[in-house]
Order: sequence, then structure tokens, then C-alpha cells
Amino acid sequence: MSCGRMEKKIMGYVDGRLKEGERLEMEKHLSTCAACRVQVNEFRAVNVLLDELPMIEPSAAFDVRMQARVAAEPAKQSWWAWFAPSPRVAFAASMLLLATVWVGSYSVSNPPQIDQADVPVLENYDVISSFEALTELSQAVPADDASQQNQDM
Amino acid sequence: MLDVKAGDEQSFALLLHRYRSPLINFLYRMVRNREQAEDLAQEVFIRVYRAREDYVPSAKFTTWLFRIATNLALNSVRDNRYQRMEISLDAPVTTDAEDGDEKTLDVAEKHPNIEQHLIEETRKKMIRHAIEKLPEKQRAAVLLHKYQELDYGEISKILECSESALKSLLFRAYETLRVELAPLVAQQGKQ
Repeated sequence: MSCGRMEKKIMGYVDGRLKEGERLEMEKHLSTCAACRVQVNEFRAVNVLLDELPMIEPSAAFDVRMQARVAAEPAKQSWWAWFAPSPRVAFAASMLLLATVWVGSYSVSNPPQIDQADVPVLENYDVISSFEALTELSQAVPADDASQQNQDM
Repeated sequence: MLDVKAGDEQSFALLLHRYRSPLINFLYRMVRNREQAEDLAQEVFIRVYRAREDYVPSAKFTTWLFRIATNLALNSVRDNRYQRMEISLDAPVTTDAEDGDEKTLDVAEKHPNIEQHLIEETRKKMIRHAIEKLPEKQRAAVLLHKYQELDYGEISKILECSESALKSLLFRAYETLRVELAPLVAQQGKQ
């Protein structure tokens, strides 16, 4: 092993995380390289020094604040919850569905009645509606009244 | 975490109890402010709580937890960079629990040998400042490696880098610490 390859291995060697083969290779290099030996010893010393820092304890307020924040979180609903609405909404939706089905079935069984005599008029509705001469005619009168008027004349 | 996912609130309380201390310590060493560290720790746990139903155990829970914490800490450090530059590293931090032990009132009670106590506190301060001076990513790598004892695979996932890059980060960090702490390292060598 060269000194250049130490960079990737030295930490693993210091904290004992190297595989057996790598460790032996490392020790072989260290037995012949004084500079790397110094480096390893100093890294070990740093490692020991880092142990001197004490841990801090969470403050008493931390748990209280944490509980309050969790309690304030809204209950999360899954997307499936959209399909399980409240009873009132479910009742309203089913009533609306029933009404729609009833209206639909009624209109199918009772289609609008069209008098056969009106069919030519309806077919020519566009022409008739824009025919100016018709708008100048007097108000239409019931058939019985019209025949009475003709007799009077 | 799978129990939490299943809606067991008690399991979340256990999770909180188990990880709050390591998380707060990690965040404290990252952001250098206890109050901010606790605020960030709360944010981490709230994010975990919110994401509980979508949790997929594809990675270890600690990896996921510290990944959220590291991202929050790095963002916080970057946001506060200008503020930090104005604060002298040597200024006493009164809200700091570790520095709080340095109060003169406590000294006589806890340490009959005041001189010895002062030496110890100076050592701790030097170590703390040496860690604080590391670039953020190197600092996170050292903290996760040294204090959380996570393996290289986990740390590299948390820091979103390769294991090879992580080893280089740690090497550079220890090189810097070796120089910064040279007097203490020399003392250590003599012992």
C-alpha cells in the first residue's frame, strides 16, 4: 500500500472498521512508514479528544412543546376517506341519485307527444320563424271562434 | 416506525424518547445554539410524524431521521451564515449548557480543584471550537461518524455522497482537527 491510498483507509483503521485483509495490509505499510504511523497516532488522539465533549440533555420544555405540536397536527385522512363521507352527505347523495333515476325512467316511459300535423311545421320552423309576412298577421284565434266569425260574415 | 405508521401514537412517543437526545446533540453541534437545535429537532419529529403514513422501510429509520436533520441543519447554518460571522467564536454563550458549567458559582461546588477544572474546560472549548470551524459537510460527517456511530453506508446516504467521497471528507476533517488541536494531540501522545 502506498501513502496516497492511506486517505481512504486511515479512518477505517483508526475506528476499527476495516476488513481483516485491509487491516493487515495497513499494518504492513505502517511498519515501514514512520510518517503514516505518526498520522495514525494523531488521528487516534483526535478521536479520543472528541470523546471529551459532554452530551447535552433536552430541556424540560422540549417534551411539552413537542406534545403540543403533535396534538395540534390535523388528523391525516387517506384518499380513500373521500369515498367514506359523513352520513348526512351519504343520505343527500343517495336521495339525489334516486331522484335522477326516477326522472330518467319517467321521461323514457313517457316521451313527449308530437302531433303528426305539427311535423311539417316543425321541419320548416327555421323558414317560418324568419318569414316577415307571418309577423304581420293578426293574433291567432281558436278554431271554433274563427268558424263563427266566418258564418257571421 | 411501522407501528407509528399503523397509527400507534404510543410508538411515536417511544420513538421520540429514544431519538430526541442524540438528535438534539447532533443539531446542537451543527448549529451551535441550543434553542435553535431544539426547534430544529421538533421540526424533524413533526416531519416524521406527518410522513408516517407514507413511510416505506427502504432504508434504516436512523438514516431517514438524520437525513432530515442534516438537511434542516445545513439549511439553517447557511441561512445564519452572515449572523454567525458577526459573532466571535470566543464570545461566551450564556445559553449554552456546556459553557454554562463554566459559571463561577458552579465551579467551587463541583470542582474543589479550580485550576484543574479550568484546564478541563479550556480543553473542551478548544475541541468544541475546532469542530465548529470545520466546513458544514465535514462537520456533519464527523458528528454522524463519531457521535452517532453510523456506518459509512448510512452516512453517505444521509450526506448524499459516495462512500469514497465520505472517506475523503472524514480524512480532511481529521487532518484539520489534528492541526487545530495540535497542543492537545501532543499531550495525548505523551500519555
